[in-house]
Amino acid sequence: MRFARYMGYRLVTALPVIFGIIVLNFLLIHLAPGDAASVLAGESGAATPEYMDALRHKFGLDQPLGMQFLTYVSNMAHFNLGYSYRNDADVSSLIFERLGPTSLLMLTAFGTAVALGIILGLVAATGRNSWRDNIISLISLVAYATPGFWLGLMMIVIFSIGLGWLPTSGFDTVGAGHEGWAEVWDVARHLVMPAVSLALFYLALYARLMRASVLEQTGMDYVTTARAKGQTERRIMTGHVLRNALLPVVTIAGVQAGNLIGGSIVVETVFGWPGIGTLAFNALQSRDLNLLLAIFFMSACLIVIINLAVDVIYVMLDPRMEI
Amino acid sequence: MGHGLARFARNRMALFGAAVLLCLLLLVMLTPVIYPDDPFKLAGPALQPPGRRFLLGTDTLGRDVAAEIAYGARTSLIIGVGATLAAIVFGAVAGGVAGYYRGRTETVLMRITEFFQTIPAFIFALLIVAILSPSVSSEIIAIAAVSWPSIARLVRGEFVALGGREFVQACAGLGASDARIIFNHMLPNCASSIIAVGSLLIGTAILLEAGLAFLGLGDPNVMSWGLIISAGRAVLRSAWWICTFPGIAILLTVLGINLIGDGLNEALNPRLRER
Amino acid sequence: MNETVLELEKLTIALPPGADRAHAVSDVDLVLRAGKVTCLIGESGSGKSLVARSILGLLPRPHVRVGSGRILFEGQDLAVARQEKMRAIRGAKIGMIFQEPMTALNPLHTIGRQLDEVLRIHTPLGNAARRARVLKLIDSVHLPEPGRIIRSFPHQLSGGQRQRAMIAMALLLSPRLLIADEPTTALDVTTQAQILYLIRELQREHGTSVLFITHDFGVVADIADEVAVLQRGNLVERGTAGAVLGAPVHPYTKGLIAAVPKLGPPAARPANTQPFIVEARDITKTYGTRGLFGGRVTRALAGVTMELRRGETLGLVGESGSGKSTMARAITRLLPIDGGEILLGGADIARLSRRQLRPIRKRVQMVFQDPYASLDPRQRIIDIIAEGPIIHGTPPAKAREEAQALLGLVGLDPSAARRFPHEFSGGQRQRIGIARALALHPEVLVADEPVSALDVSVQAQVLALLADIKARLHLSMLFVTHDLRVALQVCDRIAVMKQGEVVEVASTAEIFFNPQHSYTKALFAAVPGGTWQDRKAS
Repeated sequence: MRFARYMGYRLVTALPVIFGIIVLNFLLIHLAPGDAASVLAGESGAATPEYMDALRHKFGLDQPLGMQFLTYVSNMAHFNLGYSYRNDADVSSLIFERLGPTSLLMLTAFGTAVALGIILGLVAATGRNSWRDNIISLISLVAYATPGFWLGLMMIVIFSIGLGWLPTSGFDTVGAGHEGWAEVWDVARHLVMPAVSLALFYLALYARLMRASVLEQTGMDYVTTARAKGQTERRIMTGHVLRNALLPVVTIAGVQAGNLIGGSIVVETVFGWPGIGTLAFNALQSRDLNLLLAIFFMSACLIVIINLAVDVIYVMLDPRMEI
Repeated sequence: MGHGLARFARNRMALFGAAVLLCLLLLVMLTPVIYPDDPFKLAGPALQPPGRRFLLGTDTLGRDVAAEIAYGARTSLIIGVGATLAAIVFGAVAGGVAGYYRGRTETVLMRITEFFQTIPAFIFALLIVAILSPSVSSEIIAIAAVSWPSIARLVRGEFVALGGREFVQACAGLGASDARIIFNHMLPNCASSIIAVGSLLIGTAILLEAGLAFLGLGDPNVMSWGLIISAGRAVLRSAWWICTFPGIAILLTVLGINLIGDGLNEALNPRLRER
Repeated sequence: MNETVLELEKLTIALPPGADRAHAVSDVDLVLRAGKVTCLIGESGSGKSLVARSILGLLPRPHVRVGSGRILFEGQDLAVARQEKMRAIRGAKIGMIFQEPMTALNPLHTIGRQLDEVLRIHTPLGNAARRARVLKLIDSVHLPEPGRIIRSFPHQLSGGQRQRAMIAMALLLSPRLLIADEPTTALDVTTQAQILYLIRELQREHGTSVLFITHDFGVVADIADEVAVLQRGNLVERGTAGAVLGAPVHPYTKGLIAAVPKLGPPAARPANTQPFIVEARDITKTYGTRGLFGGRVTRALAGVTMELRRGETLGLVGESGSGKSTMARAITRLLPIDGGEILLGGADIARLSRRQLRPIRKRVQMVFQDPYASLDPRQRIIDIIAEGPIIHGTPPAKAREEAQALLGLVGLDPSAARRFPHEFSGGQRQRIGIARALALHPEVLVADEPVSALDVSVQAQVLALLADIKARLHLSMLFVTHDLRVALQVCDRIAVMKQGEVVEVASTAEIFFNPQHSYTKALFAAVPGGTWQDRKAS
């Protein structure tokens, strides 16, 4: 029962954030130079005067600012995110149909980064200053400095153009008509490079974090106590240190998860991955600000949900968090 | 301070980073001498592979890739350092005020900080640049706008910790004004943390700038590493060098700066090196 | 004749290069016998903790390690024993408890699980048998509701309860030797008394040998059978408790014992009929956390009234949570209060604004507890001392001159003026803190546990300095402490505080000879060692 109350409390505190984003969006629209309607219509040269008028009426742009704001809020709340003339479709449906590929990419990348990062960090910390620690630290340092889009391009050069092992772009092999497991395998082959490009930076981050966290925990008093009880070093690491060391990593991993969405814009562009990232890139090219703002809004909502999930996980892991 | 620099010098990785940065600064300073022509101008035949005449080859229009990279270095450094300084100033003020005055001021400021940390950073930066029209200054504003929250949280945490320390209370007991306590006592004691985090922020800023330029949001009047890479995408199959070398430049620069940042952190905030 | 359980033979522990000496301890000989409590006493930096850790091989290697000597236990030399042998001994044949029970317990495991771990490592017992054993031990350390305790996490227990749990954990397998590394130092004096009693009780019951590390002679007097005194790594005196305490031989031991204030009749003091300089009336202060779901409210001060006469020293005595430190900060206006009046020389300063308070600052100054946190590490000490006068308008050059003079007054070398705090010892830093407080020529000095963080020999010097300065400069002093011995030595009157209230206030003599409140009596009873200085050598 306390858990349900905590969830309710967290949801309530999440609402101001969503509201804040809507406010931010509204401000950004009006910050843009030019008439808001032309901003919302984008640079679609075929915007007729009738269309612009309809747009003005829909967004209440002929009304005082306060009314406009309320209209905007109500639109957003109903997920009525507007219409993209360039793409000839509702913005909401545009985004939703591309949610699938992007989610697949993000989950794969995030899962890999977290899992592998934690393992590598642990391996590095337990073999402190040994060769395996130095190698992992070196790889982390380099990976942390590598731009994701460039890594993607280099991977294409080496693995697609050079070795021909993996496809250069796309979600699956067009026109091949794969079904079932063959389709899964095909998508997986297309997923490898984009996922690695997106994940590498965060993998390095989590590895460094985990390493530092484990090293910090091994210096704690309770580790000495465990030794004084006659516990083996291995069980001290797995039974005591590990869970304590994971806590700060979980927190930060949650915060960073949101940044993966931004990273996916460049990675999807490089690999022609049919997700929200390429949608955003196209919107940029055509200066379709309305679509961009909608993507911004959706991403922020996604982050809020992820943060909530992370909070829940943290509360379950740490008994000191009283709920 | 002398202590710290000595420790820094003993750290091999940090020295390597310093060496890289030194080379970069030299390059930036000597660029007008080595490559006196406008890098946007055509220098030779298009799509030349790296050779004797063009060390790193030429791009789709026949521009010298090496010259482009040299001029791009300046852009990255200006935007990287500029954005970071702006983020530090803004973040330190926000975090400092929150951490010093506590109470409702702190709650409000921290909620705002958390908000800006929650929203997707790259997309937000992208939006700002798109709306303000791509230019060096809009890029600096955009990157600063997504970087300041981490500084604010750091400074606020330090100020809260310091506020409980007895020497700060002693100063208040002597009758010191808020300004005196903040500037003479609290900020100097946070300086090393801010420097360490700030230097890592420069690396992130450069990566962000490269990403923005890659997407076509860079200042059209200046050369940028991300711009070179995006231009080279179309001919990736035949002219791989156009994309490769600018990326290596980004990597080395960010790596060097990160190593310096790590070294500074080790030197200024030493932890026990036992066990 | 009790048999020998463990023997240290010329034990030497090496320190890494760059430490202040080559060896943490040199040539230490010690014999621990069954059924006896041996106290190893020393000041900070004596190496006593390292001796304790070296027995179980818990030194922070590789930098700190056993250089030479032997640790003989059951026919083996533990200093060179293999890891598997050591693990079999740790927790089973030799148990250890530590100083800080909050950090010594894993915050993510229940108490039950942490105790169970000992049994899982060393015995083949099944779940039911282990649980029964754990419950039995928890009961034997007098923890209420053992069933609830084993399901609790460390943060849900009090400090004393955590330490009891640690003792239970160490005694689960009836070890032959229990090593206790300052187990009561972090506890309140009443809790300390209970834990000492518990250790004594269990030790007698099981016939365990105990090695008890401490810095407090009172504790030694309470529980030791044998005593060994450690001075900067060297064992300078050894013998039975009666011999060492009653008739010490080595000058260091003599000096240490002489430095401990007696829990005895206070020196006669003339009655003070001066007017009041500070009057606090009905002070209240509440800390609250208001969340969405109600909050926790702590009443730090619940209507405190007290007066300080000119020229007297009023002691504020209490345990943690009593509100004494809060009161000290309230009077110096470092803390806003919720209700009540604070009269300084007759005028109410409780509700003055920052600006109005400025001139008041010159009249009341504070000396803080922690010598390591009370000085800005980035300021030279001359500037630390001169800062006050500079803030109030004294030209910097003149302020620094006066600061130099103050350094001399507090017994420091004026030529050290341009050094930084980290170059000084704890006792010296407290002197700097006192100099800083005196720089503004205050009338009232509020000392918040000024000697609690210092070694006993240094403590005596700083107390002497405070007494000297107070007399010379005709100061009035509010002295906050948890240590009754110190209060008896230093104060004219004592106010005893408990949970935000003053339960008793009287002259020192009256408090000693005729305590009225039950809590005051309990405090006196809990002082470790009691009146050991009056006992004769046996």
